[in-house]
Amino acid sequence: MESTMSSRIGVPEFLATDAVFDQLTHDRAAELIARYPVSRSALLPLLHLVQSVEGFVSQPGIEFCAARLGLTSAEVSAVATFYTMYKREPCGQHLISVCTNALCAVLGGDAIFATLANHLGIGNEETAGEPGAVGSITLETAECLAACDHAPVLQVNYEYYDNQTPDAALDLVAALQAGQKPDPTRGAPLTDFRTVELEIAGIMPDLAAEVDGPSVSEMTLRGSVLAEQTGQRAPAMPDHVEFPPLPEKK
Amino acid sequence: MTAAVEPSKGAPGGPAQMTPVLTRRWASPRSWSIQTYRRLDGYLALPVALQTDPRRLVELMKNSGLRGRGGAGFPTGLKWSFLPQGDGKPHYLVVNADEGEPGTCKDIPSMMADPHALIEGCIITCFAIRSEYCAIYVRGEAIHSLRRLTNAVNEAKAAGFLGQNILGTGFNLEIVVHAGAGAYICGEETALLDSLEGRRGQPRLKPPFPAVAGLYACPTVVNNVETIMSVPPIVLGGSDWYRSMGTDKSPGPKIYSLSGHVTRPGQYEAPMGTTLRQLLESAGGMLDGIPLKFFTPGGSSTPIFTPQHLDVPLSFDDVAAAGSMLGTTALMCFNETVSVPWAVWKWLEFYKHESCGKCTPCREGTWWLVQILRRVVSGSGTMEDLDTMSDAAGNIAGRSFCALGDAAATPILSSFKYFRNEFEDLVTGRTPPVVESRLLVGAH
Repeated sequence: MESTMSSRIGVPEFLATDAVFDQLTHDRAAELIARYPVSRSALLPLLHLVQSVEGFVSQPGIEFCAARLGLTSAEVSAVATFYTMYKREPCGQHLISVCTNALCAVLGGDAIFATLANHLGIGNEETAGEPGAVGSITLETAECLAACDHAPVLQVNYEYYDNQTPDAALDLVAALQAGQKPDPTRGAPLTDFRTVELEIAGIMPDLAAEVDGPSVSEMTLRGSVLAEQTGQRAPAMPDHVEFPPLPEKK
Repeated sequence: MTAAVEPSKGAPGGPAQMTPVLTRRWASPRSWSIQTYRRLDGYLALPVALQTDPRRLVELMKNSGLRGRGGAGFPTGLKWSFLPQGDGKPHYLVVNADEGEPGTCKDIPSMMADPHALIEGCIITCFAIRSEYCAIYVRGEAIHSLRRLTNAVNEAKAAGFLGQNILGTGFNLEIVVHAGAGAYICGEETALLDSLEGRRGQPRLKPPFPAVAGLYACPTVVNNVETIMSVPPIVLGGSDWYRSMGTDKSPGPKIYSLSGHVTRPGQYEAPMGTTLRQLLESAGGMLDGIPLKFFTPGGSSTPIFTPQHLDVPLSFDDVAAAGSMLGTTALMCFNETVSVPWAVWKWLEFYKHESCGKCTPCREGTWWLVQILRRVVSGSGTMEDLDTMSDAAGNIAGRSFCALGDAAATPILSSFKYFRNEFEDLVTGRTPPVVESRLLVGAH
């Protein structure tokens, strides 16, 4: 990396930026901290919050979290370096995560990743374009995204694009690069990485509009539809049920 | 298509019986809204539960035989009963919604489709264990589940089901929807608690178990999403009704997740003890008629099964008796075109990436196993490598704080049991490499 970083062995490095977190971000941090009985529980949300501002976790972001929670920056860095979702380098407008675990890979996930990497001219965890600019894309492999019945899958800013093929994924990326935002298969209308990071932090200003985005697919409903079509139901519940008596004292 | 499945050996044939309990609302329009939920019997169990003695709720769960749906199958009522009473400490309910076990894909669709079922389950559970604070720890990548749950909490609060003096009973409860940040290990319950406390997600040494010293060192119940979603139907239907589905020791309905080379992959809710043969028949058989080669009964951490296990009833005890684990009923089905060493290599890359690094056998062992597997799949392995793999896997299993170490050894030990010849054929050159070595440069 750049010379902005020192090179002490074993000490995690975060980019120094001139970020100043505004009053709104301070207010949001206070709102998140108030949700927990112990303030430190808000650390993961706060790291998502600073990421929503800068598109990654910077040294000022670490210090912001530390100051809000009365922790040292070392304590916060130790946490930030543990989790995959905290990015140490500026992320693109969009983050594309391609599942390459065994099941998705065998159904085409590896080919999708290779196709996108080739098209974008980048490798895993690299960014095509100026980070944050319209159409910039960070590409990563992902471990199982819990959508195996829709394999192979990828996510853009954590919204699901199911049953992908290399060609479909290429079309999607081309559209993203052109500044378009194709709808996900399941999820809210696509925004960008920073906007979604704010939601993951637990601040959802547009929840009413976003919550309506689709979530069930043909795969999700396979058993329900089969039951409906074949007239199968669970056994009927009795009309009246008594709770069991209190256990006898031993 | 079903011709691709091995002939039955006298076991009950025919398709699986569908018993939609947890999934019965999923196909309804706006199934996630409180209006739909209430129209379809939602929040009917809550007032009933709040009228009774919490200890009778715990008894009900014990009688129902409900076993944890997160993989381990621990009896839920028994877990609740471990919490000390009148100890003066706060009690907590933490819902494990950190779904990420390869193959497992039931909780995220459940939370998206029917979030109020989880919220109602949380309220009843908290009343039973005398908790006034509940955290739902959702995998960070599950953004739409986070939205649906947040919306459900808001709606439940507005309807008077959450907050202060719920339904005039004097019971208070807050639920926080909390996002993780990308770490499979946080699905391990004590790592999840550390993560929820704002730390690295690393497992704790047990005992003490969470029931004694969990979140903030207070008595805590950690339950899986599907477990908690099972609570309202059990309150409404009673334990006899619940036990009318499933097996004696594994009662109730279960969401089976079929994936891979299957004609119609998806979520199928059927009684515990249903077999893969029955599920495959419901799902149109193997894709394109290519026969099944191996499958996982409950995710990559459960020892693999082969077509000889098609008639094993998928219940906790029957699967254990057949040498695997029920896990999360994540049935990943691989056909005859798939190389077993290749799949094992992919899974080990996963465990290496997700090892938290706390315990040496897992941290070092997964790293070295990946180095060896890369050699094997690219055609430069040796017979000695295979022995080293057995040795390393055997030295990881049982030697780490948590089950991730065991889970990492599982694909190797179980694939050697059934498919060691495939590894040998790769190292002797009888079969060509399954991966070109140049593609492994910088892999993962």
